[in-house]
Amino acid sequence: MEKVANPVQAYAKALIEVGGQDERIFCLTADLMHPFMIEEFALKYPDRFFNVGVAEQNLMGIAAGMATCGKIPFVHTYTPFMTMRSCEQMRTDVCYPCLNVKMAGMCSGINMGVGGATHHSIEDIAILRAIPNMTLLSPADPIEIGKAVHAAAKHVGPTFIRFGRIPAPLVYEEGSNYPFEIGKAITLREGKDVSLLATGLMVSRALAAADLLAKEGISVRVINIHTIKPIDQSAIIKAARETGAIVTAEEHNIMAGFGAAVAEVVVENYPVPMRRVGIEDTFCGLGPTEEMYQRWGLTAANIAQAARDLLKSRSAAAKA
Amino acid sequence: MGTLSKEKISFLKQKAKKIRKNVVEVLSQTSGGHFGGALSAADILAALYFEVMKIDPKNPCWQDRDRFILSKGHISVAKCAALADVGYFPYEELLASYNKLGSPYGMHEDMTKIRGCDMTAGSLGHGLSAGIGMAIAGKHDQKDYRVFVMIGDADLQEGSTWEAIMAAAHFKLDNLVCIVDRNQIGVDGFTEELMGLEPLAQKFQDFRWQVKEIDGHKMEEVVATLKAVPFAKGSPSAIIANTIKGKGVSFMESNHHWHFGVATKEQAEAALAELEKGI
Repeated sequence: MEKVANPVQAYAKALIEVGGQDERIFCLTADLMHPFMIEEFALKYPDRFFNVGVAEQNLMGIAAGMATCGKIPFVHTYTPFMTMRSCEQMRTDVCYPCLNVKMAGMCSGINMGVGGATHHSIEDIAILRAIPNMTLLSPADPIEIGKAVHAAAKHVGPTFIRFGRIPAPLVYEEGSNYPFEIGKAITLREGKDVSLLATGLMVSRALAAADLLAKEGISVRVINIHTIKPIDQSAIIKAARETGAIVTAEEHNIMAGFGAAVAEVVVENYPVPMRRVGIEDTFCGLGPTEEMYQRWGLTAANIAQAARDLLKSRSAAAKA
Repeated sequence: MGTLSKEKISFLKQKAKKIRKNVVEVLSQTSGGHFGGALSAADILAALYFEVMKIDPKNPCWQDRDRFILSKGHISVAKCAALADVGYFPYEELLASYNKLGSPYGMHEDMTKIRGCDMTAGSLGHGLSAGIGMAIAGKHDQKDYRVFVMIGDADLQEGSTWEAIMAAAHFKLDNLVCIVDRNQIGVDGFTEELMGLEPLAQKFQDFRWQVKEIDGHKMEEVVATLKAVPFAKGSPSAIIANTIKGKGVSFMESNHHWHFGVATKEQAEAALAELEKGI
């Protein structure tokens, strides 16, 4: 049985840690203190906690204003609202002047399954990637969420942390001391036949897919791309060169998403066959989250199948 | 509140006149600009930069300075004329490079490029929220700086401004001042025909602000009101400054075609002459 942990709890714990270390850190939310489990921050540092009610545009604008005065606001709301309701404030007030605002986006992907499309976010990577000065973190598991929060607090500039809401499988051991560096992908498993490049929750599924493929004698490299922007070009090019085939996996629309970001690097530097696993440009309806992942093709089996298809077409092409 | 000397009022009127003339001079060199709203705001800008605000042009990042956000960022030219005249940078720099490739100065403003600019602006409905962030930071740090935000009529048609109006009162930000340059005219015509804002003062009051309504061109009144903030402890202050779009140039006054217009050489000369002698 795989170990799981609560991503939100991990986030909130890290926020308390960085908030205790740095008095410039403020915590802002739009009526989502409880879902983000940031009550402790509110109790411990009430003079640095502001709840603006359900008003995301104001939320982001206030954060920008605070940042001009040397504060480091962490802004909390669900990813679909952060990236779409307050998109312009994020782009114009925060990123254009490159202000030091941190954005914590929960309910990324279809993680809030029963919420339906209003509470899903399958567009945010596309939106955030296109905004200059933005750094986009997409940690693989709750352990890495903690590391991302610490890294974001130290990094100077707009930083978005994308994560889910429901308990997620652990990729890393509790207390793991591995180095986390913004923009530097982590190779979790070496392999030579194909590379699985995954981000966020899909990293654990890519590892499970690699297990399935290993049983068939396929040697799989698994890379955790926890920073979608700036993306680690050298890790991608190296994977393309050394394995000759890439499968990407994301909890997002495959259009203009993570796989597309990888494809840009591959096509311009070392073209190899690719497959993208993700949501295929559709709204996803609603349902219990795990059933939603099955329904919309976001499982280890889906990733493994994409790898098999890719290797098959590659060998067919080689024979032709 | 002490009354200002006649000399001081006359000095500020001269500064407002200079802002207006510089606006016309800069914009008439280009392929057009926001004459109307720049001219309506000139008296308030002169009062702020030359009398009311605690600033140090030699030290634009001074942490204790009063902040000014121009939410109606499309009249950046008027603010830049004031910034130049008060000493942040030479006016010649503004005149020579406005709207040119790579220039810090143009139709809207970038705080990372313009000395003395406290907030990037251009898209309406953003400024007041940023002002709240600055005001909260000031309170937290126990600093006594004030945050002045100038908004236009159109800012008040953006829903986000009302989110901010609600929040400023909720957070009791008496270090925040919202100045409405109420020139009554947008791109397409009169606000009350386009999307009515009245009763505006009542709306601010209903949102728990302290409000004063003034003639935005009467310098004594502008300065006295700006100096009287906060109007009440624990409340944000709103100043609805009734102004005339295109103020000071007869053919631009109250004419929505000059919200954004292109001045011919003759029009620019006529405008400058009118501004010099007064209409």
